[in-house]
Amino acid sequence: MAVFKLLRQSSFSARLGLAIVLINIVAAVFAPVFAPYGETEITGEVWLTSSAEHWMGTDQLGRDIFTRLLYGARNTIAIAFVTTMLSFIVGTTMGFFAATLGGWTDLGLSRLVDMLMAFPTLIFALIVLSVVGTSVMALIVTIALLDATRVYRLSRAVAMDIEVMEFVEAARLRGERIWWLIRHEILPNALPPLVAEFGLRFCFVFLFIAALSFLGLGIQPPAADWGGMVRENAGAITFGIFSPLWPAAAIAFLTVGVNLIVDWFLHLASGLKD
Amino acid sequence: MNKLLEMKDIYIEGYSDEKWFPIVKGIDLELRRGEVLGLIGESGAGKSTLGLASMAYTRQGCRISSGSIMFDGQQLFDAPADTLRNIRGTRIAYVAQSAAASFNPAHRLIKQYAETPVQHGVMSYNDAKNHAIDIYRRLLLPDPENIGYRYPHQVSGGQLQRAMVAMAMACRPDIIIFDEPTTALDVTTQIEVLSAIKKIVDQFNTAAIYITHDLAVVAQISDRIMVLRHGNLVEENETREMLENPERKYTRQLLSVRTLKQNKDLSATEKDVLLEVKNVTASYDGHVNVLEDIDLTLRRGRTVALVGESGSGKSTLARVITGLLPLKTGQVCYEGQALPIALKSRTRDQLQRLQMIYQMPDTALNPKQKVSKIIGRPLQFYLGLNGKACKKRVLELLDKIELPAGYYDRYPTELSGGEKQRICIARALAANPDLIICDEVTSALDQLVAEDILKLLQDLQNELRVSYLFITHDLATVKAIADEIVVMLRGRIVEQGVKKQILTPPHHEYTNLLLSSVPEMDPDWLDNVLANRSVQTALDVSNQDMAA
Repeated sequence: MAVFKLLRQSSFSARLGLAIVLINIVAAVFAPVFAPYGETEITGEVWLTSSAEHWMGTDQLGRDIFTRLLYGARNTIAIAFVTTMLSFIVGTTMGFFAATLGGWTDLGLSRLVDMLMAFPTLIFALIVLSVVGTSVMALIVTIALLDATRVYRLSRAVAMDIEVMEFVEAARLRGERIWWLIRHEILPNALPPLVAEFGLRFCFVFLFIAALSFLGLGIQPPAADWGGMVRENAGAITFGIFSPLWPAAAIAFLTVGVNLIVDWFLHLASGLKD
Repeated sequence: MNKLLEMKDIYIEGYSDEKWFPIVKGIDLELRRGEVLGLIGESGAGKSTLGLASMAYTRQGCRISSGSIMFDGQQLFDAPADTLRNIRGTRIAYVAQSAAASFNPAHRLIKQYAETPVQHGVMSYNDAKNHAIDIYRRLLLPDPENIGYRYPHQVSGGQLQRAMVAMAMACRPDIIIFDEPTTALDVTTQIEVLSAIKKIVDQFNTAAIYITHDLAVVAQISDRIMVLRHGNLVEENETREMLENPERKYTRQLLSVRTLKQNKDLSATEKDVLLEVKNVTASYDGHVNVLEDIDLTLRRGRTVALVGESGSGKSTLARVITGLLPLKTGQVCYEGQALPIALKSRTRDQLQRLQMIYQMPDTALNPKQKVSKIIGRPLQFYLGLNGKACKKRVLELLDKIELPAGYYDRYPTELSGGEKQRICIARALAANPDLIICDEVTSALDQLVAEDILKLLQDLQNELRVSYLFITHDLATVKAIADEIVVMLRGRIVEQGVKKQILTPPHHEYTNLLLSSVPEMDPDWLDNVLANRSVQTALDVSNQDMAA
C-alpha cells in the first residue's frame, strides 16, 4: 500500500524514470520472445539502414541490431545489477562495521580502502582482467571490489552520523550485540542515501562495462552487449551509417531513466516538500 | 501614545500533506511605541509565527492568508518586496532563540554587526563599528572595544546572545522581536541577558515583542501579555493584572505550574543503598579531569537531583555510572559490589537494573521502529518475552504511561514530544530497573507537558519503588520531585544533602546564586535581584577594601 501511495505522490520525472527502467527490464527478460532473429544469426548485408525487416539496420557482420540490442540488455543489465549488489553487500557491511566498532577496525579497513582507491579504477581493472582473464565472473568480482570502496566510504560516513544518535546509545546500554545495532538501528536509517547511491553506482557499472567492452576486456563476442556493440560498429560512423548510435542511445536512455529514479529517492530521503 | 504596530484579524496558514491548515486564527495585536508585549504559549501555539508576521514575514511553507498589518501608517500585508526589505532589519529587527546557530561561525562578531546598517546604507562600516562598541558597552559585554573582533565560538553563550541583541539594535529599530532569547541558557546566564535586554529597550525606548513559553520570564520584561493557544488568543492584559487576576483557566494553569510537590517521609523509605559513587575522577582526553572526587549515594526508592549549569559535569557523571565513559580513578558500586568500569564487561543483569532516559525524545527513539518494537525489545532482550506475552506486557506498559493501546503500531514521528518521552519512560520501565537515570528529561518539553511527565515519574516511583538520578539545570523541577539534592560546579560537588536542608538558608554561595536566579512570577523580581546583587557586590568590594 505504501508503495502505491508513494507512486501516486511521485513527480512526472520519477514516473518517466520508472517507465524507462521497466521497459528495459521487460526487453531484457523477454528478449527471445521479442527478437525477430537469433542473437548471433547473420541475416543480411553488412550495415543495412532501417527497413521493415531490420528496424534498426544490421551491424558489421550483418546481424540484426534490434535483436542484438534486446539480448545486449540481458547481459549488460544483469551483470550491472549483480555487480552493484555485490559491491553494496561488501561495502556497506564493512562500512557499518568500521563505523560501529571504530578504533583499529576502522583504521585498518579505511586505509585498505584508501590504498585500493589510489589506483585509477580503469587501470586497476585492466591489470586484474588481463591477469585472470575476461570471464563474466572475473568481470563482476573486479568491478564489484572497486565499487565497494566507494560504497564503503559512503556507508561509513552515513553510519557515523547515525551512530552518535541517542537511540543507538540506548541500544548499546541495553547490551545489544553489534549485528543487532547494524541490522536494526543503523541500516533502516541509512537506507535512503544508500538506495540513491545504488542507482548511481548501477549506472556507473554498466558505463564501466561498456568502457571495458570498448577496450575488448568486457563481455566477449559473439555475446551481445551495448558497450561492445558501440565498439564493433564505431567505424560505421565515418561512412554516415548510424548503427553504432542505437546501442549508444540505449545506454543513454537507461542511464537517464535510472538517474531520474535516483533523483526521486534523493528527494524523498531529504524529506523536502516542494 | 500612538500605535506603532496594528495587526488586525491575522490568519496564517502552513502547508503540509498537500493542503493548507491554519496556524494563527484571526488574532489582533497592537503595539505602542516603547511598549514591550509578551507573547506566551506552548509549542505550536503560533507565537513565533505571529511574531514574525509583524514584519510581514513567514517561515518557508507558511503564508499570511488574510489580515492587515499597519506599521507606522504603512500597510505591510501586501507591500512589495522592496518596501519590506527596507523595513526589515532597519525598523523591525529579530533576535532568534539560538544565537549559536544564527551567527555565521566564519566571521567576526563586529563584521556581522555592521552588515545590516551598511547593507541598508544607514551608516558606513567605520561608523557601524563605533556604534557596535557603544552598544556592546551598554549591554555590559566585557571588554567592549575588542570583543567584537572575536569569532562566535570565542565568546560564551550568554555573551553571544547579547551580541545578537546588539546586532538587532544596529539600526536603532522601532520594534525588536525577541524569539525565546533566553530559553537555551542557564538560569544564571539568563538573568544577564534578561537584564541587558530590559536595559537597552528602556534606553532607546524601543518597542518589543517578547516571545517565550515561560510566564515568569515574560513577567520581568513586558508591560502587557498575550496568552496564545492553538493559534487563538486566550487572554490579553497588563502584566500585573494578568498575574494577579488571570481570567481564563488555561492562564491559571500556566501560572500554577511548578506547584507539584511531594514530601516523602524519608525515614519511612528503606535505607538500603542502591548505588554508591566513590571518589570518582574521570576525563575525556586523559589530561583534564571533567569530574573530580565525586562521592554520591543513591538509596532505593528515592530521587536524587543532580543540579548544575551546563558544563558542570552532570551528564558526564551519568556516562561514568552507565559505563559509557570509563572512569579514571574511584569506584561505582551497585548494592555493595563494584561495577565493572567499562560497559562491555558488565553482565546483562547489571545492565538491566540501570536504565536511562534522555533529554531529547526525538533522537532517543529510532524513527524507523514502531512503538511495539521500541518497548518490546528490552522485554525480549532481558526477560525473554516473545509473541503474545510480549505484546501483552507492552500494552500493560502503555497503560502505565497513560497512552492508549492504539499507539502500539505507531512510529515515533506520529507522536508529540510529551508522548515520545512517555515511550522512553516505558522503554526504561520494560527492563524492570532499580535505578533510572533521567538526563534533563523535561527540558525539551512544554511546561504543562513537563509537569505531567514529572507527575508520571512520581507515580511510577510510588508504585514500583524505583530510584531516580535526576539530572537537571531547572531548579523548579528539583523543588518538585527531589528527595535529595547534589549541586555540581566545574566537575565537583559543592553541596549535597536532603532537599529541605539544601533549600533552607544558609546556602552555599553557589547554591544561593542558582536559587536566586530562578525567575519568579513577580514583575519586580528581576529588579529586586539585581538591586540585591549590586548591593552584595558593593559590600564584597568594601569588605575587600577594609581587609586590604
